[in-house]
Amino acid sequence: MSKPNNLMGWIDARFPLTKMWEEHLSKYYAPKNFNFWYFFGSLALLVLVLQIVTGIFLTMHYKPDGATAFASVEYIMRDVDWGWLIRYMHSTGASAFFIIVYLHMFRGLMYGSYQKPRELIWLFGMFIFLALMAEAFMGYLLPWGQMSYWGAQVIISLFSAIPVIGDDITLWIRGDFVISDATLNRFFALHVIAVPLILVMLVVMHILALHEVGSNNPDGVEIKKKKDENGIPLDGIPFHPYYSVKDIVGVVGFLILFSVVIFFMPEMNGYFLEHANFEPANPFKTPAHIAPVWYFTPFYAILRAVPDKLMGVIGMFAAIIVLFLLPWFDRGKVHSIRYRSTAFKVLLTTFVISFIALGYLGAIPATETRTWFARLFTFAYFGYFIGLWFISKNENTKPVPERVTS
Amino acid sequence: MRKTIIVIASLLFPVLGWSAGGEAMFPNDDISVDWDDKESMQRGAALFTNYCLSCHSAAYSRYNRVGKDLGISDEDMSNNLIFTTDKYGDKTKVGSLMTTTMTIEYAEAAFGTAPPDLSLVARSRGTHWLYNYLRGFYLDDTRPLGVNNGVFPAVGMPHVLVGLEGLKKAKKEMKDDGHGGQHEVIVGFEQVSKGSMSTAEYDQAVKDLVSFLDYLAEPYKQKRQSVGTGVLIFLFFFLILTYMLKKEYWKDIH
Repeated sequence: MSKPNNLMGWIDARFPLTKMWEEHLSKYYAPKNFNFWYFFGSLALLVLVLQIVTGIFLTMHYKPDGATAFASVEYIMRDVDWGWLIRYMHSTGASAFFIIVYLHMFRGLMYGSYQKPRELIWLFGMFIFLALMAEAFMGYLLPWGQMSYWGAQVIISLFSAIPVIGDDITLWIRGDFVISDATLNRFFALHVIAVPLILVMLVVMHILALHEVGSNNPDGVEIKKKKDENGIPLDGIPFHPYYSVKDIVGVVGFLILFSVVIFFMPEMNGYFLEHANFEPANPFKTPAHIAPVWYFTPFYAILRAVPDKLMGVIGMFAAIIVLFLLPWFDRGKVHSIRYRSTAFKVLLTTFVISFIALGYLGAIPATETRTWFARLFTFAYFGYFIGLWFISKNENTKPVPERVTS
Repeated sequence: MRKTIIVIASLLFPVLGWSAGGEAMFPNDDISVDWDDKESMQRGAALFTNYCLSCHSAAYSRYNRVGKDLGISDEDMSNNLIFTTDKYGDKTKVGSLMTTTMTIEYAEAAFGTAPPDLSLVARSRGTHWLYNYLRGFYLDDTRPLGVNNGVFPAVGMPHVLVGLEGLKKAKKEMKDDGHGGQHEVIVGFEQVSKGSMSTAEYDQAVKDLVSFLDYLAEPYKQKRQSVGTGVLIFLFFFLILTYMLKKEYWKDIH
């Protein structure tokens, strides 16, 4: 194949630049019926970039040292030019990332985006979610406030519930008998380089897998089944320019909400930055109420709902592992909630309610009544997957259209 | 505009309790800090450097930053509000951090625990807590320093502002604790000896001090909000523009 005799031609003869541009943007055909729920993929990518860029600037001034970490964060907030903005972008970005990812996952549940042939996209996505949780957990230790310290203490001590080797594992993770300077140093290393590298690689794989099979859509029909004479899906439109210009609207909409938090309520009334974290870490003073940041609270509530420590830890991890297995729990052939049974809609609604309720219960101190509610919602949470397995075998679905509806 | 955004934003999300919230406290009065009242903050700064800064530090903050933000010249700051010396024994420079000369060892020996740094106390405790705590000291013979506090029981801090407020006695009553038992709660204070201020004057002085502490915890707060207003106005216009661009591109997609 001859290449045009210009700069692009010169590059294309040596690197597949035009080919990649076409494959992933200008000739990647996406269904034309994407709705509101399809903004969150590109928004997640935006926030990932924001976190990396703001993170780089924070690293220039932050000191990963038990004696100076807390002061260095306040130095960034007060003495570094625009340091407060960079730090609030990063701290708010962490919460925004989880809001976006949870909505992105919910979209997948609604429209069956995890179903065949997109199981691998879902699995890569779940690994991204896992890496994101590790990233956020280790990042929260770095400001070295009271909640950083005690939150990490509580979560890491969960590993001691593992029989026989539990204590050795916690010791190995912390590098000390308590959370200490050694823990802070290694969490810093993992937070700024190891996990972000894994995250970026997983995101690349997530997108490659998506572009291999093509995007799902709110109708859950495969647009590749109906193509024109040129082999272009009849219901497909090039991602660029159509979805690039549409996603920019989503980006600006998101930035408006993001800015309201950053500039007017960066603590989000204690949800994004907890009040106790404005006190430096003190190993001799345990705060009255230790709660993880909001994005972990659904899983934390499951942990507390189970009376036995080991079983609680297993329950908490199981809550994440079942999500990995979702493509195989769902035996249905119909993808979209639009054409699925009432039973499916009831199950999904119950799941969403129980997830939010667990999140709320995990954020507030436990009482006897609340623990019973947490147990109820834990059952509902797992019930979704088991229920789905049963109802999806011979589901009473509606007829699925041949082409996408607009 | 700025205030409207704050009000709308805070209505959307319920407040998660402060770290010390939930327990019964007396007094329990509300305070609202007016960030535009720089004179109140200046008076608060004077109280802070005179009464608090000998034991507590504000080590993340600099004197001249406070001066710049509150409208106090470097000269006035140095002459009237700096009382400490640096490690060479010279008067602390105006660009220095607001540290204290008291050592941790001495503080622990004197009070049982080192007085915490106050740079961020308004963010960790909240202004409501501070306002009531500083007005909550009462006579109690059982405590080593002769006073106790209705907001922070068995506190290690002496009543530093006693010269301004004077001394109070607590009126206590037995109340049901909701679990079948009874416990003693403070229901009021009775002035025993007078200080240099009336109750109303003292309340205002504490409000000044708390306003200053609120400023000290986030000195860039007003800048953050004014930048934010500009950013939001820009983004709203940009949203219209991007939406029109999208519409233009999508007009032939059916």
